[in-house]
Amino acid sequence: MSSAVFSTSAAYGRPFVFDGEEVVECLQPTGAELFGEGRPAQRVISAVSFGALKDSRLAGVTLASRLGVRPAPEMVSSGIAALDAYTGGLPRGCLTEICGPASSGRTTVLLSALAAATRRGECCAVVDAGDTLDPQSVVDAGVELDRLLWVRCGENSSQKLLRAGSNPEKKNFVKSESSSEQPLEQLLRAADLLLESGGFGMIALDLGDLPPQTARRIPLTTWFRFRRAVEHTPTVLLAVERQSIAGSCSSLLIKLGQGIPQHSQFASPTHAQLLTDLEITAEIARSRMERKPVGSAAVTFASKTAWAG
Amino acid sequence: MPFACIFVPNFPVTAAFRAEPELRAQAVAIFEGKPPLEKIFAVNENAGRVGIAPGMTKAQAELCSELRLRPRSFLQESSAHAALLDCAQSFSPCVEDAAVNTAILDLAGMESLFGTLPEIAHALFHCAAGLGLDVNVGVASNPDAAVLAARGFPGVTVVPPGKEAESLGSLAVEVLFPQKQEGQQKEAAHLLETLARWGVRDLRALAALPEVALSERLGQEGLRWQQLARGAAARTLVPVEAPAVFEEAMELEFPIVLLEPLAFLLNRLLDQICARLAARALNTQELRLTLGLQNLTGSDPQSDTVGIPSESDAAEVAGKTQFANQYFVSGREGKFCRTLRLPLPMLDAKLFLKLLQLDLNAHPPGAPITKLHLIAEPARPRSAQGGLFLPPSPEPEKLELTLARIAGLVGEARVGSLELLDTHRAEGFRMRRFMPGAAQENRAQAASGPAKEKSAVAALRMFRPPLRAAVTWENGELTHVTCARKKEVQGSVLWKAGPWRSSGDWWEREAWALDEWDIAVQNAEEVALYRLVHDLLGGGWFVEGTYD
Repeated sequence: MSSAVFSTSAAYGRPFVFDGEEVVECLQPTGAELFGEGRPAQRVISAVSFGALKDSRLAGVTLASRLGVRPAPEMVSSGIAALDAYTGGLPRGCLTEICGPASSGRTTVLLSALAAATRRGECCAVVDAGDTLDPQSVVDAGVELDRLLWVRCGENSSQKLLRAGSNPEKKNFVKSESSSEQPLEQLLRAADLLLESGGFGMIALDLGDLPPQTARRIPLTTWFRFRRAVEHTPTVLLAVERQSIAGSCSSLLIKLGQGIPQHSQFASPTHAQLLTDLEITAEIARSRMERKPVGSAAVTFASKTAWAG
Repeated sequence: MPFACIFVPNFPVTAAFRAEPELRAQAVAIFEGKPPLEKIFAVNENAGRVGIAPGMTKAQAELCSELRLRPRSFLQESSAHAALLDCAQSFSPCVEDAAVNTAILDLAGMESLFGTLPEIAHALFHCAAGLGLDVNVGVASNPDAAVLAARGFPGVTVVPPGKEAESLGSLAVEVLFPQKQEGQQKEAAHLLETLARWGVRDLRALAALPEVALSERLGQEGLRWQQLARGAAARTLVPVEAPAVFEEAMELEFPIVLLEPLAFLLNRLLDQICARLAARALNTQELRLTLGLQNLTGSDPQSDTVGIPSESDAAEVAGKTQFANQYFVSGREGKFCRTLRLPLPMLDAKLFLKLLQLDLNAHPPGAPITKLHLIAEPARPRSAQGGLFLPPSPEPEKLELTLARIAGLVGEARVGSLELLDTHRAEGFRMRRFMPGAAQENRAQAASGPAKEKSAVAALRMFRPPLRAAVTWENGELTHVTCARKKEVQGSVLWKAGPWRSSGDWWEREAWALDEWDIAVQNAEEVALYRLVHDLLGGGWFVEGTYD
C-alpha cells in the first residue's frame, strides 16, 4: 500500500468537503490505527474554505462544488422544426457532424442552420472545400447574405494557370492527388484562422464533395484542436461530410439518409414532372447531450424546392 | 494672454532624424544641389565637431570617413512640418504657422485643461519628442517674445509676465533674424553689421538704445526690432487651418530587396502616422503605400519595360482591378502603389503593418525598393454603442486581419460575402467585401419584429466547373448519363423532369441558352438527384450540380 493512500479523504474516512463547512484536520494515522480499532485522532479547525487552510495534506483535495461538472451547452435552432424537436437543436461550443451520401439533404440542413443563425443576427462562415455553394440556394434558404462569409477553397485562377500552363482545356480536366489535398489544407488553415478570430455564431466546414479517403486524412488531433478552440464560446461548429471522420471529437453526429423525390407517376411525360420536394431522414448516431431522442430512432421531414411554393 | 512657441532648430537635420532615428548619435550632414555641385546644407553637432560645415562641397565632406551623408528631402521636411503643426494643434485650436520650423500657439484657456504654463510647456516638449522632433519650447505673454525665447534658449523656457526684457536680454541680436530668403538675408546681414559697428551685441543693449536716435538711423524697422528686444511687441496670431494631410516618406541609402527589412521601415512610418492621427483625435480608413523601385537594367527606361507596362496600360489595368496596383515608369525609377481600404476607421499601427505585410506578400513589388511614401486618409473615429444582449460578432480589427490571411490562402476574390446580380445567367453573382457591421446597421433600420422561420428549402450543390456529361437516348428518352471526371455521377436515369428552357443576353457577345433537366441517377451504390444542362449554343451536356 503506497503512502499516497494515507493522505486521501477516503483513507481518513472523511467525506468530500463542501464550502462553508467545518474542516476536520486529521493527524497522520499509524499503521495500528488504520488496520486496528479506532479512528485517527482528530482536531477540528474553524476554517470555512480550503483557501484558508495551510495544511499541505489537503492541498490535493478538490472541493465538490468545483468538480468538473460541465453545464449543458446552449442549444440553438437548426431552422428545421422537426429536426430541432428530434435533436434539441445544435449545441453551441461543440462540434456537430452532419454526414450522408449525395442527395441526402446535407446541404439543405446546412443552409437552414445558416439561415436560422443569420436571422438571429449572428455572423456565420462557410469554409467550402469543394467550392460547391450555390448562391441561389443560399438566398432561397433565407440566409442573410451580409452576415455570411464564404471561403472558397481550391486553386485560384493564378494557381491554375501556373499549374496548367497555357492550355485552357487542360486546366479543367487535370485532377491529381495534389489538387484534392490543397483544398483540404486551405480548409484546415482557414478554419483555424476563423476559430482564432472568434465572434462567429456558426462556422461550417463543408467537406461534402471531398473523396472520403482524402477527408479521412485529417488527423484526429486536428478535430480535437477545433473542438477545444470552440469550447466555452458561443460558436456552433458544423462539419458536413459524406462519412463521419471526427470520431469522438464531435458532440453530435447526425446521419442523413438518401432523399427520395416525391414525384408523380413514371408514365407521365417528363415535361409534366416537377421536382417539388426531397424527403430527408435523419438519425442521431452519437450525442453527448443530455437530451436523448424519445420514441423513434430517426425522423423524416420534407424539404421543398424553391419553385414548389 | 500666454503664448507658446515650438521651434525646431536645425530643421533639415531633424527631419532626416525622424526617418532614421539611429543617425542621431552619428555625424550627419545634409546636402543639396545637382551633381557634381552638391553642397552641404545642414550638419548636426557631431558633424560640426569633426569639421564639417554648411557650404562645403559634398566631395570635401566625403573625405571624412565617419560622416553620414543624406540628400535633402523636401517630402521628409514637409512631413516634419506637418507633425509640428499636429503637435501644436493637439494643445490649442489657435495655431499660427510662423515658419517651416516654428509654430505659435495661443494658450488662453488651456491652463484649465493642461495645467500650469510650465506643465504645458513640458507636455509640448514631450509631445514633439514623441513625434520624432527635437524642439525648443518658449512660453511668454506675447507671441514674439515666445518665439525669441524658443529660438534663443535650448529646451523649455517660461518667461514670467513683465520680465520679458530681463529674460531675453542675454540673447544675441542674431536671434532676431531667422533664416529667410536670399534678399532678406542680405538686408539682415547689413543690419547686423550696423549693430556690430555700434557695439550692440545682445538684446539688452539694443533695448537700451534711445528710440528717437534709433528711428532716425534705422527707421521704423529699427523701432520694431527694439520692441522685439524688449519683449514688448504685441500682435494677434494669424491662425492657420492646417490641412489634414498625414503622410510620411523615407528615402533609402541602399535599395532593399527583402520584405522583412521593408516591414521594419514601414513600422516606423506607421508609428509616426498613427501618433500624428492620435494627436488630432482622428483615425484612418485608407492607407496608400507608394514604393519607389530601382530600374534594374540601368538602360533608358522609355525603351525598357522590364515587365512593367507603360503608363497608359497601367492606367487601364488600375481602372479595371479593385486594388490600385499601378506600375509606371517615371524617369529612372518605377513606382509601385498599394492601397489598403479598411471597412471601418481604425488606428492600430500593428494591425496596419500586418495587413500591409500580407498584401505585399501576395503582391510583391518585383524590384528593389529605394523610396517609401505612406499616406493615411483621416477619418472620424467610429462610435458604437455596445449592448449586453447583442449577438456575437467579430471584432473589426481581428476580422480584417483574419480576412487578409485567408485571402492570402485562397485568393482575394475567393473570400467575402455574396451578392446576386440581376441576371438569370448561371453563376450570376459576385464576391464582395465581408462587412458585418453594415449588416447590423441595416438590421437596425429594418422593420422590427421576429422573422418568420421558413421551412427547409432543397438546396443545390454546384460543380465548378460543370461536369461534362455523355448522355444516352433511347426512343427519345434519356436513359443513361456518364461523367468522365466524376465516377459516381454515372448510371441509368430512373426519373427525370424537364426540360426547362432559359436564355438571355442575346444582345451581348456572351449570349446563353440552356435546357435544364432534373434527373435521378442510379449508380452502383446510391440514387442521387442531379441537374443536367444542355447548352443549346455550344451543344454540350453538363451536370451542373446535385440536389442535396
